[in-house]
Amino acid sequence: MAILVIAEHDHTSIKAATRNAVTAATKIGGEIHLLVAGSACAAAADAAAGLAGVSKVLVADAPHYADQSPENLAALVVANAASHTHLLAAATTCGKNFMPRVAALLDVAQISEIIGVESADTFVRPIYAGNVVATVQSADPVKVITVRATAFEAAGDGGSARIENLSAGPDLAQNKLVGRELSKSERPELTAAKVIVSGGRGMGNGENFHRLLEPLADRLGAALGASRAAVDAGYVSNDYQVGQTGKIVAPQLYIAVGISGAIQHLAGMKDSKVIVAINKDAEAPIFQVADYGLVGDLFEVLPALQAELG
Amino acid sequence: MKILVAVKRVVDYNVKVRVKPDASDVDLANVKMSMNPFDEIAIEEAVRLKEAGIATEVIAVSAGIANCQETLRTAMAIGADRGILIQTDVELQPLAVAKLLKAVCEKEQPQIVLCGKQAIDDDANQTGQMLAGLMNWPQATFASKIVVAGQLATVTREIDGGLETVEVPLPAVLTADLRLNEPRYATLPNIMKAKRKPLETTHPATLGVDVAPRLKTLKVAEPPKRTAGIKVADAADLVMKLKTEAKVI
Ligand SMILES: Cc1cc2nc3c(=O)[nH]c(=O)nc-3n(C[C@H](O)[C@H](O)[C@H](O)COP(=O)(O)OP(=O)(O)OC[C@H]3O[C@@H](n4cnc5c(N)ncnc54)[C@H](O)[C@@H]3O)c2cc1C
Ligand SMILES: Nc1ncnc2c1ncn2[C@@H]1O[C@H](COP(=O)(O)O)[C@@H](O)[C@H]1O
Repeated sequence: MAILVIAEHDHTSIKAATRNAVTAATKIGGEIHLLVAGSACAAAADAAAGLAGVSKVLVADAPHYADQSPENLAALVVANAASHTHLLAAATTCGKNFMPRVAALLDVAQISEIIGVESADTFVRPIYAGNVVATVQSADPVKVITVRATAFEAAGDGGSARIENLSAGPDLAQNKLVGRELSKSERPELTAAKVIVSGGRGMGNGENFHRLLEPLADRLGAALGASRAAVDAGYVSNDYQVGQTGKIVAPQLYIAVGISGAIQHLAGMKDSKVIVAINKDAEAPIFQVADYGLVGDLFEVLPALQAELG
Repeated sequence: MKILVAVKRVVDYNVKVRVKPDASDVDLANVKMSMNPFDEIAIEEAVRLKEAGIATEVIAVSAGIANCQETLRTAMAIGADRGILIQTDVELQPLAVAKLLKAVCEKEQPQIVLCGKQAIDDDANQTGQMLAGLMNWPQATFASKIVVAGQLATVTREIDGGLETVEVPLPAVLTADLRLNEPRYATLPNIMKAKRKPLETTHPATLGVDVAPRLKTLKVAEPPKRTAGIKVADAADLVMKLKTEAKVI
């Protein structure tokens, strides 16, 4: 019996969050297998084989895995679930999409976004926007789990797993990808960044957001994030959103600018090591979680900060 | 075509919940309850599809205690035509809800089921996907735009890297993300009208569904609290502290 981690990848390399899911698997204990379902994905399979702690990589290479449709992925995972005690995936938008489908097809519960492993059947997960953590125990024969990346270290390289080919599952052809509009950026990825500069409604408009926060982010080698209000108002695109329903981040340094600190926003960033808040309202709830609070008008503070940093 | 919308009664999003002294569960006594915000968005979308002449009937379904009737009345005040309450006092987990919704789908034969992307109490983000799997239907989750033409839904989805657009043949399960629409406020006349709309009550046993929970909550706790730090005087002070004290830049 082994643990199967479903890898997220772009057919050539493995996404960072999968490494955190592998670490969660090592905490459960047992042999770890990685499933790579893709199209012309030999490079991703090789990369998967190099992950520390993984003993076997299962590869299903077929054109109908090119777009990672949840129907096809779920069917493949279900067909290969037998002989695995646990099925794990990172709690990314991809993992959250297909894993519950897997669980339903296996007639088992899914344990969403675990942040801790107590034992092989008991896990810790946040509920109520992270205001409460629940310890839950599963009696199901196979545990279907998604893993919150920020709660586990990233597994390193240095492994040499054997690669085994799987026969592809059916092409259900239920979901046709029409197009993707992906944000392109030279900056680090939000969920992997060591420093994040995040802007809220206080930025006033998109022009201010970019003009004032980009140079700061560049100077600090930071990723840019945003509150929901900033995204809703169109300052930046949806993939910037940090929070209960956006991205969960835990950088070394999180700088919140013009963000009030609603619980739904805090849910996404309160595990950051150091939090800085810049807000003109001294009563803003963000100051209750900030290590360093600066009460002031961001239109004055940000240029001054930039000047100080040189 | 019929559209079925799943609406959950949850703690209002403004409430900061507390843990019971015995750590068995969260304390929901005297706490304000509301419709899950994502489900409000789902209802709004279904009603707009009806107003656009695409849907013929919008049915709201809620599973849980008798008070879920209020949630269904809210859905009908926004514009759902009727409501179905699947009443039970058992704690419902997403797999059980998906099975209940499946039973309703088999009876009502909707072309689209709209769910919220996630319930803000359990933060599970599972039910829609599970229902799609059980029905063997396609799914399009985290929708920020839905266009229905004939037997096809074109859905723009919010994903980690940005947006993607997919086409799914109907019937299908779609789940609503925050930016799909801005739900209307129910007007007083519509709230009054909703009181007279049909509300049917059924039970898990009648639908032949075993809703026994699969996960046992051993305990709940409040996470370690972050305490407020210090206020810095100005940008220079901040940079100095980040360099010498926090050592993060
Ligand atoms: C179901 C649900 C899910 C949600 N999910 C998320 C989520 O994932 N992420 C998220 O962020 N939110 C989420 N929200 C929204 C959340 O409740 C808040 O509405 C949102 O976070 C507010 O964003 P904000 O802090 O930018 O705006 P506001 O609350 O309007 O705060 C703006 C702040 O800027 C300050 N400000 C204004 N001008 C200046 C200036 N010149 N200088 C300095 N400071 C200034 C103000 O003092 C204020 O504190 C969700 C809500 C719901 C209901
Ligand atoms: N008890 C319930 N009654 C009706 N709908 C529900 C219920 N539980 C979950 N749902 C639906 O499923 C969505 C996702 O819930 P969850 O999987 O619990 O995060 C919700 O937004 C609702 O649309």
